[in-house]
Amino acid sequence: MQILQILIDGFAISSLYGLGAIGFTLIFGVSGVLNLSHGAIMVTAAVIAWAVADSFHTGPYLGALIGVAAAVATAFATYLLVVRPIQTSPRIPREEKEIFVLTGTLLWGIMLQEAIAYLFTSNPKTVLPLIPGVIQILGVRTPLQEVLTAVLSWAVIGLLWVLVNRTRRGKVLLAASINPRGLTLLGFELSEIYLFVWGLYGLLAGIAGVLLGAFLGVSSDNVGTLTASAFSIVVLGGLGSVSGSLIGAYVVGYLETVTAYVVSPSIRTIPVLLLLVLVVYLRPQGLLGRR
Amino acid sequence: MKTFGIPLLIAALLALLPLGASGYVLGLLTLAYYFGVFAMSWDLLFGFAGEVNFGPSFLIGLGAYTAAMLNHYESLPIWLCVICGALVAVVGGVLLAVPALRLSGPYFGLVTLVAVLLLQNAIVLFAGLTGGEIGLDIPDILSIDANTNYWIALAFMSASGLILFGLSRSSVGLILQASGQDAMQAAALGFNVTKHKLAAFCVSALFSGLAGAMLIFYMGTASPGTVVDIGVGVQVIIAAVLGGRRTILGAALGAMFLIVAGELLRPLGELSTFVVSAVALVVILFFPGGFLGAALHRGER
Repeated sequence: MQILQILIDGFAISSLYGLGAIGFTLIFGVSGVLNLSHGAIMVTAAVIAWAVADSFHTGPYLGALIGVAAAVATAFATYLLVVRPIQTSPRIPREEKEIFVLTGTLLWGIMLQEAIAYLFTSNPKTVLPLIPGVIQILGVRTPLQEVLTAVLSWAVIGLLWVLVNRTRRGKVLLAASINPRGLTLLGFELSEIYLFVWGLYGLLAGIAGVLLGAFLGVSSDNVGTLTASAFSIVVLGGLGSVSGSLIGAYVVGYLETVTAYVVSPSIRTIPVLLLLVLVVYLRPQGLLGRR
Repeated sequence: MKTFGIPLLIAALLALLPLGASGYVLGLLTLAYYFGVFAMSWDLLFGFAGEVNFGPSFLIGLGAYTAAMLNHYESLPIWLCVICGALVAVVGGVLLAVPALRLSGPYFGLVTLVAVLLLQNAIVLFAGLTGGEIGLDIPDILSIDANTNYWIALAFMSASGLILFGLSRSSVGLILQASGQDAMQAAALGFNVTKHKLAAFCVSALFSGLAGAMLIFYMGTASPGTVVDIGVGVQVIIAAVLGGRRTILGAALGAMFLIVAGELLRPLGELSTFVVSAVALVVILFFPGGFLGAALHRGER
């Protein structure tokens, strides 16, 4: 019985982790940016969705939509206000761009976190479920929202796969991740591609954020943990590898769920951290990464 | 002489402060001085050795908690606790250096981040021994006199600054800088990159641990929120980048600014962190050299 419960809960949580981490890895793969404001963008989506549904009584659907839109807007702001100025600044030496982007996005994330805490307090908020109700799966009582979380996550991941592998736009993205200079020689505008990727990223992070808010609830205090977990998943799977991130998400999701159910919820993150140290020492490129 | 003159003058002026300033201001600056040492140690690793350490609070926390537990359970004298704390921090520094020599950029950054999370989890998990989230109270304190505490912290920061700055300007500092920018080329020139980077980790850990241990004897308590939390590490990093990376002394300046600004903005309540982060972001975007970098740049023209 407990095994089924672990399997079902773990699956839902893992697919959500996967969705959250894919955007993170996409940005890194295409533009080489590790966005440390990732958690803040997810929380922004969830809190806006909650606030809109709560104060304007719009119902859960419109709230969720506006939450995702807020995440897209925040992602654009992150790129245009923080990342791009650093990348194009002539005063920052090229070998230090990376640390400046890391510090810059970290600060930006803290600003978002504090702004959310100030405007909406740091109390945990639960987004209205898109579908209320409970069903029995093999005898385990499962909230419909949990089922929806898994289904929606995989639907979005599938759409992303189609976009990247089956459309012209996606091929351009792939090309940008392999050889950006070659792409510009073919007459593509890199800055336009980056804008598109950040928009796509905002969409993914926003959907993940709203689903997380409805599934587990979020508060502005979760910002750091969310960023750290996306970072861990992505490194575990291999930086820049989308399928690696998905595997990483399932490893992390199930390891956490098993620990929480079998041992104790208070140490749910510790096995993941130990595994991460082990992987980074023995196979730094991650499970599916290329160096 | 010119490089040492101005900092020495500032230190001398700061030493006279207890004659006029209130205990409140002194307490604030005492805290800022310990933070200054954290930031300077971080700058040695990042600015010179080129290692992105997201977990300065791992080294700080090791030093602080070792000292705290030795004093709490074994009632060892303060100086011995501080030395033991610093030594354990050096061991932690070597542990961090091992992956740093094999990994690059983001991978190493993640290891340091994980190190902090593991330490924090361990402290909470063994709450019976470490006091958990609430913290461990410490029987001994450095001094009950605000002036004495202030002078100890100032002397400690000045001495650390002198040593770290001297080191950074020596041939060792130059080799470190070369290894940080292009390890391959530095090795090709015949420098032992591994040895120098390891040394940088040990020195940085030594001062972080010393400062962490002394800080808890000043505060009388050790808790994750003050010496281990990732937020503490983030503050150290912001201070160092704000003051001007690769300057050592700028890091101390940045730490003082950060602590004092945080206090001045306290009336803003929850918004104070927002404003401090925004200021730091603006500095990074428009004056990437930091305070000291901007000042030195102007001086050169």
